[in-house]
Amino acid sequence: MNLSYSQEYQDFREEVRAFLEENWTDADRASAPEVDLQTVRGAMGGGIRKDARATEFRKKAIERGYMYRGIPKKYGGGEQPPDPLKATIIAEEFRRAKAPFEIMGQGPSMLAPTLVEKGTEEQRQKYVEPTLLGHILWCQGYSEPGAGSDLASLRTSAVLDGDHWVINGQKIWTSNAQEADMMFALIRTEPDKPQHEGITYFLIDMKTPGIDVRPLRQMTGEADFNEVFFDNARVPVDSIVGNRGEGWQVSRSTLKHERALIGNASLARRTFDGLVAMAQVIEVRGEPMIKDPVIRDRIAAVEADLLAAEYNGYRLLTLGAKNQDAGLAGMVPKLHSTNLVYKVTKLAMDILSDRGLCAPGEPSAPDMGGFSTAYMWYWGMALGGGAPNIQRNIIGERGLGLPRDVRK
Amino acid sequence: MDFGLTEDQILLKDTVHRFLEAECPTTRVRAIMESDDGHDQQLWQGLAELGMHGLIIPAEHGGAELEVLDLALIAEERGWAATPGPFLGSSMATAALLAADDQDAKSEWLPKLATGAAIPTFACGEKVGEWDADRLEATVEGDRLSGEKPLVPFAGVSDLLVVAARDSDGPGLWLVERGASGVEVTSIRGNDMTRRLDSVRFDGAPARKVAAGRAAIDRARDVGLVLIAADCYGGANRCLRMTADYAVTREQFGQVIGSFQGVKHQLANMATDLEPSLSLLWYTAHAMDHIQDKAARHAALAKAHLADLYDSTVRYAIELHGGIGFTWEFDLHLWFRRALFNRSYLGGSTYQRRRAAELGDW
Ligand SMILES: Cc1cc2nc3c(=O)[nH]c(=O)nc-3n(C[C@H](O)[C@H](O)[C@H](O)COP(=O)(O)OP(=O)(O)OC[C@H]3O[C@@H](n4cnc5c(N)ncnc54)[C@H](O)[C@@H]3O)c2cc1C
Repeated sequence: MNLSYSQEYQDFREEVRAFLEENWTDADRASAPEVDLQTVRGAMGGGIRKDARATEFRKKAIERGYMYRGIPKKYGGGEQPPDPLKATIIAEEFRRAKAPFEIMGQGPSMLAPTLVEKGTEEQRQKYVEPTLLGHILWCQGYSEPGAGSDLASLRTSAVLDGDHWVINGQKIWTSNAQEADMMFALIRTEPDKPQHEGITYFLIDMKTPGIDVRPLRQMTGEADFNEVFFDNARVPVDSIVGNRGEGWQVSRSTLKHERALIGNASLARRTFDGLVAMAQVIEVRGEPMIKDPVIRDRIAAVEADLLAAEYNGYRLLTLGAKNQDAGLAGMVPKLHSTNLVYKVTKLAMDILSDRGLCAPGEPSAPDMGGFSTAYMWYWGMALGGGAPNIQRNIIGERGLGLPRDVRK
Repeated sequence: MDFGLTEDQILLKDTVHRFLEAECPTTRVRAIMESDDGHDQQLWQGLAELGMHGLIIPAEHGGAELEVLDLALIAEERGWAATPGPFLGSSMATAALLAADDQDAKSEWLPKLATGAAIPTFACGEKVGEWDADRLEATVEGDRLSGEKPLVPFAGVSDLLVVAARDSDGPGLWLVERGASGVEVTSIRGNDMTRRLDSVRFDGAPARKVAAGRAAIDRARDVGLVLIAADCYGGANRCLRMTADYAVTREQFGQVIGSFQGVKHQLANMATDLEPSLSLLWYTAHAMDHIQDKAARHAALAKAHLADLYDSTVRYAIELHGGIGFTWEFDLHLWFRRALFNRSYLGGSTYQRRRAAELGDW
């Protein structure tokens, strides 16, 4: 165990500061501040700067290894050994300087690592760097109306016609499809083969004729996810990752990255810090909420669970760096951290007391209604990337050695 | 940056695991727990030969000079095995003495503690759940100690009592030796028979002052919190694994009960809540020696969190075993009783979280 901010880390912080000082000037900071990560939209990747100035800055930061540290240099990543302390220092300093940071969303966090692992050299060269810089925005076309948890039963099909695939069918719950340039999708190409062996992993240009995107409004009131219809949409023959029929395997590596993304405790941390700050200013009967014995007790209980999630993240990074199997510790974060988001946001709602009824954007609310959005977003996090019961099956079966559930 | 155990720590943990598995299976746990004083000198000696009693004692006094994290690994293994004996009290007492000022007392006692030749214990808490050094009422006048300590671990078998009390200068630590006059030890009937407690009355007992101020008292208490948290993780993890094993052997409706989703998902929930807490435990134990400004608050948070988890884990474990889980014959109640001890001792979860709130300046 070595967690001390030794000289090496102090020097590193200085180095990051000097870099920011030089490359993200006061004028930059003033011109267009980075999005406020306290907001759910910010936390989910919305509103992030991708203009020329931001891109120029990101390129330099990547060059120095401050961003996309898991992606090799030759594909446009920062390529650094995992080091949670350094990652924390970078995140802190970039936030303080209001500098552009990694683009969030499914492209950089899921597709890019998948291409590095399973793509052709040409695909890596073509897609990874622009994805990391936010120049290609991706959506994930997995779920269908009839195929959610039982994803392998998906029916959207592609048939080879000359040097094109012809796609027909429908995807649903596709986040950000309304603004995406590209979709990575699972599509059935071998209808005669067993379910899992008949699926192929596609990269699809969303401007392809025959693709129709129809927004779905979420319970939060926003419309971030969509239905996507394919009506004889023709995409080039080389639009696939891995071989025909290997899409399921390729997608396993994407899902691994997605669960790591959702399993991250950072949204819970931001919300938690926000609620502690709020509990110190909201007064009931002339006393700040945080003085209320029950509220204090609940905040401290949630904090312990949050710390457990964060330190488990440190542990996973260390295990990853040593190429060691994480076992249960690697299987539980998605369920644990989404449970945590529920606990934290519920507590925030209780602290808000009657102001918790304010809708997002209501200026008179202490939190501008942000916590009620976060409270609702719990379901988005819990369901996206695999519903809680599916996580429980995985943990029970792979983690605890229990018998497998029904499978077709 | 390295968040994990070293090779040496893994070896240490493994050694103790194998020792306890061989030397202290639950049959022996039961025999010790049903004995008069709940202490088995042979087991204590066996652990002494492995160097377990001197783990955090400096080399100059015959110890291994390791850290609280190493000690916590032992506590975790003892929790896993439900090992009986005076480990918790002796560890707190040792930590107290290490943090004391009196060098002569250290030179006199630490070597004996390191070899296991003498067993110490820590007498601090008073009344109902009062563990705050500034609120203690046991008092020393001249070198005579008077007061009542209702929950002292294994006072009956201890050679040395390290007592938190006050004199005209405020709180401090005093040593009282076995057999001293004015010391009355009455055993308490506790739910956890593997960790005995005694009520100790001091009535003008001869006492030697070894530390002034509350720092050494707090240190001992915080070490105790971490060790209880570690015991909780070990015990809860054992209950989880036992239940998962049972779920693939016990059959009902023609199939093993682990194939029912209700059972599987209860187990998955237990694992989901429990597994990340190991990292909280490691961090906290590490902080005790390396991150001073976080240690006390983390110790309070971790103890509360893990004691609550132990409670819920053992509860589902017994439920999922059915009727057999409710019998004296079956071992699960050993862990249930330890969970009861852990949640209460040094103050319950609400008390710890209240302390954490105060330490966080909320
Ligand atoms: C905000 C949000 C964003 C999303 N974004 C995307 C996206 O970008 N791309 C994409 O492809 N998909 C996306 N999804 C879809 C998501 O992956 C699915 O909703 C999820 O996999 C569940 O599928 P379903 O909705 O069909 O529910 P179902 O599979 O019908 O499940 C309904 C309920 O039944 C339970 N259940 C199902 N099977 C079992 C079983 N074997 N055992 C026990 N319980 C079971 C589930 O746990 C769930 O509670 C998104 C979803 C949300 C909410």
